[in-house]
Formats: sequence, C-alpha cells, structure tokens
Amino acid sequence: MTERKTIATTPYTIGVAPFRPGDESSFGGSFTEKPEDLNRPDPAKCESNDTVKHASGLIRVMDDDNQAKGEWDPGLDAETMIQGLEYMMRLRIFDDRMLKMQRTGKLSFYMRSFGEEAIAIAQTMALETQDWIFPSYRQPGAQFVRGRDMVSMICHCIGNTEDNVKGRQMPVHYTWKEGRFISISSPVGTQFSQAVGVAMASAYKGLDEVCISWLGDGTSAQGDYHYALNFASTFKPPVILNVVNNQWAISTHKNLATGGRTFAERGLAYDIPSLRVDGNDFLALYSVTKWARERASAGLGPTHIEVYTYRAGAHSSSDDPSAYRPENEFEFWPGGDPVERLKLHLMEVKLWDEKKHAALEKKIDDEVMTAYKEACEFGDLASGPYPPASTIFTEVYETVPWHVQEQREELGK
Amino acid sequence: MSKMNMIAALNSALQLQLERDENVVIFGEDIGYFGGVFRVTAKLQEKFGAHRVFDSPLAEGGIAAIAMGMGLNGLRPVAEIQFADYIFPAYDQIVNEIAKIRHRSGGEFTAPVTFRTPAGGGIKGGHHHSQSPEAQFTHTPGLKVVYCSNPYNAKGLLTSAIESNDPVIFFEPKRCYRGPFYGDPHNVPTWNDHPDGEVPDEYYKIPLEQARIVKEGSACTVIAWGAMVHVCEQGIKDSGIDCELIDLQTLVPWDRDAIVNSVKKTGRCVIVHEAPKTSGFGAEMSASIQERCFYSLEAPIIRVTGWDTPFPHTTEWDYLPSPERIAEAIKKTQEE
Repeated sequence: MTERKTIATTPYTIGVAPFRPGDESSFGGSFTEKPEDLNRPDPAKCESNDTVKHASGLIRVMDDDNQAKGEWDPGLDAETMIQGLEYMMRLRIFDDRMLKMQRTGKLSFYMRSFGEEAIAIAQTMALETQDWIFPSYRQPGAQFVRGRDMVSMICHCIGNTEDNVKGRQMPVHYTWKEGRFISISSPVGTQFSQAVGVAMASAYKGLDEVCISWLGDGTSAQGDYHYALNFASTFKPPVILNVVNNQWAISTHKNLATGGRTFAERGLAYDIPSLRVDGNDFLALYSVTKWARERASAGLGPTHIEVYTYRAGAHSSSDDPSAYRPENEFEFWPGGDPVERLKLHLMEVKLWDEKKHAALEKKIDDEVMTAYKEACEFGDLASGPYPPASTIFTEVYETVPWHVQEQREELGK
Repeated sequence: MSKMNMIAALNSALQLQLERDENVVIFGEDIGYFGGVFRVTAKLQEKFGAHRVFDSPLAEGGIAAIAMGMGLNGLRPVAEIQFADYIFPAYDQIVNEIAKIRHRSGGEFTAPVTFRTPAGGGIKGGHHHSQSPEAQFTHTPGLKVVYCSNPYNAKGLLTSAIESNDPVIFFEPKRCYRGPFYGDPHNVPTWNDHPDGEVPDEYYKIPLEQARIVKEGSACTVIAWGAMVHVCEQGIKDSGIDCELIDLQTLVPWDRDAIVNSVKKTGRCVIVHEAPKTSGFGAEMSASIQERCFYSLEAPIIRVTGWDTPFPHTTEWDYLPSPERIAEAIKKTQEE
C-alpha cells in the first residue's frame, strides 16, 4: 500500500468583486488611456500582431473634455452624430417606459440596456443594411437603427395579437427578419458561434455581408464563445465578435469568472486582430466597427472586440443589484454615461444645446407613449387578446405532423 | 442499379445532393480530405472541392452552431457527428436553437440542417462508441428523427432528410455499414447477397413518416429500427411464429397507420431497440399503441431493449437484444 503524504497548501482561489454594498466605489476617476495613445492600423493589412497594444489598451475617441481626438476619430458628420444621439435617447426612454409598464403589471418581464445604449446603436450604424445582427440581451437598440417600428416591438413585449413571434417568447426576445436581426436567445452565447456559420455562408455565396454578434463577460465562459473564436480563426469568415465586458453577470463580477487579462487579449491567441474599446464612447465604437467591417469586406476575416463598459441597471426586472454591489457604483464609472458623453461632445462642437435636447426628449417620450397606447390596442397582458392558442402548434415543423395535429384537436382550439 | 453497402449508398445520396443543390455543404470531423472514419464521405472533397466538403475542428457544439448559422443564411448543411455518443456537446444548439428557431421566430427563420451520425453497438465500441441516443431527440419538438437500416433505405431516407426544411437527426447503424447483422457476431454477411443491397444509382427518395413492412404476418407485430431490424428477422425465424416485422425508419413523426393497422390485425406487439429501456422510444410506442389499439390487444405489449446500464465492451452481446430474447418475447405474447 502506497502511503500518501498530505501536504498542507492554500485552498483554490476565489475571485473578489472590487466593491460590495456599503463600500465606496472608486475606479480611479477618469481613464488613464487617452485617445492619442493608439494608432489606427490599416484595416486592409492588419494582422493580429499589429493589435497587441489595442487589445491591452483602450481605444477612445472622446477625451475627458468631450473633444474628438486621435487616429480613431471617425470624423462623423453632424447628421450622423445627432441621429446616433436620437437613437440612444429613444432606447433609454423606451426602456424606462417599458420598465414602468413591467412594474405596473403590464409586461411580464423586462431588460434595459441602461448604460450600454451606445454599443448596438453605434456599431449597427457603422454596418451596412445587408449585414446580419446576432444580438444578446442588451442590443435591442440595433432595431431602431434598422428602422423597426416601436409599436411592433412593444406588441412583442406584451405578447399580444400583433406580436410577430405570437406570444411564444419572453419579452425582449425580439426577432425581426426584415432587419436581419436574429431572435435573442435565453441560452446565452449560442448566437456567437452561429454568427460564424452565418458569415461562412455569406462568404460561401460570395456576398459582401458581415455578421456581428455580442455576448457578455460572463457568457464568455461558455464553450460557444471559444467555439466561435476557434472556428473564426480557422475559416476566417467576415464576422465581428464582441465581448461586452459590463463587469457584471447578474451578481457575478468578472473577477469571479475569469483568470485572464483583458477579454480582448484572448483573441490574439486565436490570431484574430483584437481591439479593446471604450463602450461608452459612441465615436470610438462606431470607428472600431467600421474598421472591422473594412477588414471583413477586404476578405481578411474576423475581428474580436472587447467593449469595455458598465451595466448601469439591474440585470433584468427580476434582479436587485443593491444586494451585491454599491447602489451608486455607476456614478464612479470612468466611462461615464454614453448618452451624456455624446450630448456633451455635440455641445462642445456647437451642434447641440440643452434646449434642443429637452425638445427631442419630449418628442421621443410622446412617441413612445403613443406607440405604447397603439400597441395595447392589439391586446394587453392583463386582459388580452392574446394570439390564438392554435399558435402553440404551428411552425413547430414546416407542416403540422399528425401527432401535433391530434394534440391540437385535443386542446380543441 | 448497383450493389452497394450502406456506406456506398450514403455516399451516393450525398454526392447526388451536392450535384443537385449548390447550397448543400458537408462538414464534420475527418470527413474532408480523409473521407470520414467510416468512409461515408470518401472522395467527395476531391469531386466537389474543399469549400463544399471540409474538415471541421473537433468541437461538436461548434459544428452544430456553424450548421445552424449556415442554415439561417440560406445553405443546406449536412454535418457529421463522428459517433452519436459525441453529439451531447451539440445538444444545446440542437435542442434549444436548431429545433426551436422556426417556432420561436414566428416562422421568420429556419435552419434546414441534417446531422448524420453513426449509432448503436456491435463493434466492440464500449460505453462511448455504441450508444443509440434516439430518445434524447425524439423528446424534442421541432426535430425529425430518422434511423436507417439497410443500403436502400439509407440512401432514400438521407435524401429526404437533406431536402427537408425541418432539421433532421439521421442515425446510421454502424454495425450494418458493411452488412446486415443477425445477432451472431461470428456470422458476418455482407450486403452483396441481400436484396436491399441493390441500390439505384440515380436519385430517389423514401418519404419521412413512412414505415416499411419488412415481412407480413398475422400472429404478432414486431417493431424495430436500425440494426435491430435484422436481429428481429432472426428472432422471428427462431420463434417459428408468423410475425409482421415493421422497420419504423422515421421515429418522429412515426407512421401511425402502418403501426395501428398492423397491431389491430395481429393483436400482439413486441418492440425492440438497442437503447436502454427506461424512457426509451419503445415506451412511447407502447403507450401510443395501447391508447389506439387497446381493444384489439390480446396480450401485453413487450419491450426487448438494451439494459438500463452503460453500454459494455466485451460483454456487449449480452447487452444487445439477441434473437433469443426476441423469440422468447414473441412466444410470450402468444401465451395469453
């Protein structure tokens, strides 16, 4: 019998969140990285080695004084920037209104994009209309960019007779074929590796189409994230893979879920050009996405992006973050508020003022209320009407098979 | 018409699909340059190029996701999972994504994907090269589940599976790739002398939802799929009883009329599968048959299945339903 020696050692490591309720959050004030720090490599030539600094640093365009600076400044015209601001304001107002509806029992559930509005909006604006969108929970804003009607979105959230998914899915699980916006899916991360397949199909057909996908820092622990990177690295299809590092996966801080360095740097090991970008900087997000699309369009394949941000709100309407993080932590986030930052930049360059801002806010608020009322005409959560019960049985298969048909007849509706 | 074993028949189906539809692409582990560990995709890359027939990284979860993405974007991918035992990393993508996308997108998006996968025992494959996980997929609405048993139906069913706009899990009984299997490991016939080894060279389809009456009979209905179809043939012979043998071929949706008509005629039924008994597809068949044929039944329905244990290695012949166990079950149905 071999004798085993028991050696006393320290137990395995448990990560620690930087701040917990009762702590005073501090992230060191503003970012130490500056817009001039990082060059913008030629997208048509760039290899992963050229992005080593971009994966560990932070790409910014708007500096601490709200001025656009550095090589990554996309030089957007006034119209585009004001449009971006409008979409972001619309999303925030829409989200706030929907959350209120949820709180008064008019929706079963809701998830806001609060603090992360710039991400899907700036990035989708940098794409072409033929590009595919494979979102996670906090990218519904892409639909505004693609022109989806708010009434249609609210009908989905209610699950009424005009819901295009016929009351089958929880609120916020939008799907919209016209906008090439695939259904948001509760099993997180599945969309990421699918996006690589979509891009492979585009490349196979020889079309100038790009597929963009997002997942969270928490979800990047899933196999799907690594499948996506490895398949993208192997087949080099036109895909833009974003890790939205918003610090929190429900109550789990990223420090408890990864031992790596930056999320962006993981892409370098797969030989994929990788960037880390300030996720609250509309101009920087627009710029890196445009750059990634140029690479994809030139046949150079995937780009991996870490979008560095902070989840300002609760995970969902079922979550209460005051139980696990300081309630005012967002106020200390060095990236600030993405809506406020673009607004201040526009004011800095004399394209915007408080009066215009307030008027736009009022206009959007009215539009959201009008859309909500119109959506409720097709049924509300409390009293319906809902989609007919027969929709349980349809579109399970292309045609209804006999065993499903029998069950429908058993229900008798 | 040519003599083909099941491998050649499947290869022929794939080749015809690649010729007929440029949206068909084939990928999986070792299936490209090498032609697959069972040679089902042999020479396809050479004929159709590496963009249409390619080796994938070793990640079934990734393979399934890529297939879904391609399917969403207009292609008709046929992915190989090298052994059905290795399909489980892909389970989330198959069950939560591929099977549901038509329904959950209100019909806006579909993923017409076919997963081919060798399944079942009889090759001394131990726990992880022998399982027959059809029930894990028949329990998922949105999927069609097919199990071929000979070269002729392998080609016709695979063609229908690939052309289906619904996702299909296509099981291939690896024990029968090179010949039928009658339950005796020392008797290794080839498909050469078997009538179902005669396969048309040209395109044909066998509809999904259609069972095959292998042999008509009046005393007992025996239902099987995959390799067990042949073992049942032997068991029926050994029993000396005039049984009707039905090869189910498609498990979801199964052929209601063929089964119900047969059991109403014979009044007795034995269901045979390799997979474990508990929650196996035989349980579903048995329950459905008694719901539909109760007043025609003269005896309890009997299931002959693999045991509720992991699949063994050297003792696999004691695990798999044998002709003896099948014959015994058939005789038992005659006692009541």
